[in-house]
Amino acid sequence: MSGERQLPAALDELDRRIINALQGEFPLSEEPYREVADALGIDQQLLLDRLSRMLEERVLTRFGPMFQIERMGGRFVLAALAAPEERFEEVARQVNGFAEVAHNYRREHRLNMWFVLATEQPGDIERVCRRIELETGLPVFAFPKLKEYFVEMRLRA
Amino acid sequence: MKQDSGVQALDALDRRLVVATQKGLPLVPRPYDVIAAELGVTAAEVCMRLAAMLERGIIRRIGAVPNHYAIGYTENGMSVWNVDDAAIDELGAQVGSLSFVTHCYHRPRHLPDWPYNLFAMLHGRDRQAVMEEVAQIREMLGDRCHGHDVLFSSRILKKTGLRIRD
Repeated sequence: MSGERQLPAALDELDRRIINALQGEFPLSEEPYREVADALGIDQQLLLDRLSRMLEERVLTRFGPMFQIERMGGRFVLAALAAPEERFEEVARQVNGFAEVAHNYRREHRLNMWFVLATEQPGDIERVCRRIELETGLPVFAFPKLKEYFVEMRLRA
Repeated sequence: MKQDSGVQALDALDRRLVVATQKGLPLVPRPYDVIAAELGVTAAEVCMRLAAMLERGIIRRIGAVPNHYAIGYTENGMSVWNVDDAAIDELGAQVGSLSFVTHCYHRPRHLPDWPYNLFAMLHGRDRQAVMEEVAQIREMLGDRCHGHDVLFSSRILKKTGLRIRD
């Protein structure tokens, strides 16, 4: 789940083509992997094997639908706290222990822990922030988005 | 906080479909058949529901989420900017249109500690590349920017994505 900063993985040309192809639209058909494999000019089983290996090696963090919880009535909120260096690991464990914490990054700043809270009920964000404050004994700064200008999570491999 | 427009509650089957797919699609030749069997519906129903959720924006897309470190984007800088409130929508749209910006948001300040109200996530193959992107944004913002910072990420502590309860 967590991990030290990872070095770039050894990806071959086919891995990169697969990653790039699967950041577009995935077919909603009976045999979607076959369609993708055909477009790449490879065998379906080879595509499935490569995908499975890249997930295993965490080159891909996941493969499937990316949900926007806000459109279901829920919320994503960015939040941060300043963890004292000597307590950093402990605080990371405490914060990560909340199922509502979807991502958590260490960043180089006085506010050194930045995490995203995802909750199904908008009102739960405030409650989870208070529980994290209670458990860590540290103030949590919430940065709800006031406006989204751009989101594009695709990166060319 | 502004209410997102177009919010629609999920019906019971949609919700079960979210739970069944949030960890990922099965890596088998007929993945929708597997999900359908789990939910007790037909694969056609699963595909129809997924298509409808894509249409409504409940699903942003279906596909692979690369670990940006692993694919070579080893530097990830969250650039944060203190810009004039009156100009933020115009400036946010400009910054968001830059090719190297993957997310761009207006977020609240926390004065006096945190004067920044515009957040732009930057990715690069090295830190120098990210700093060049920062310089480009600084120039674009001109005298409507009153300070900025870049917070490089040094470690992923958790990355599981959305998990709603079963």
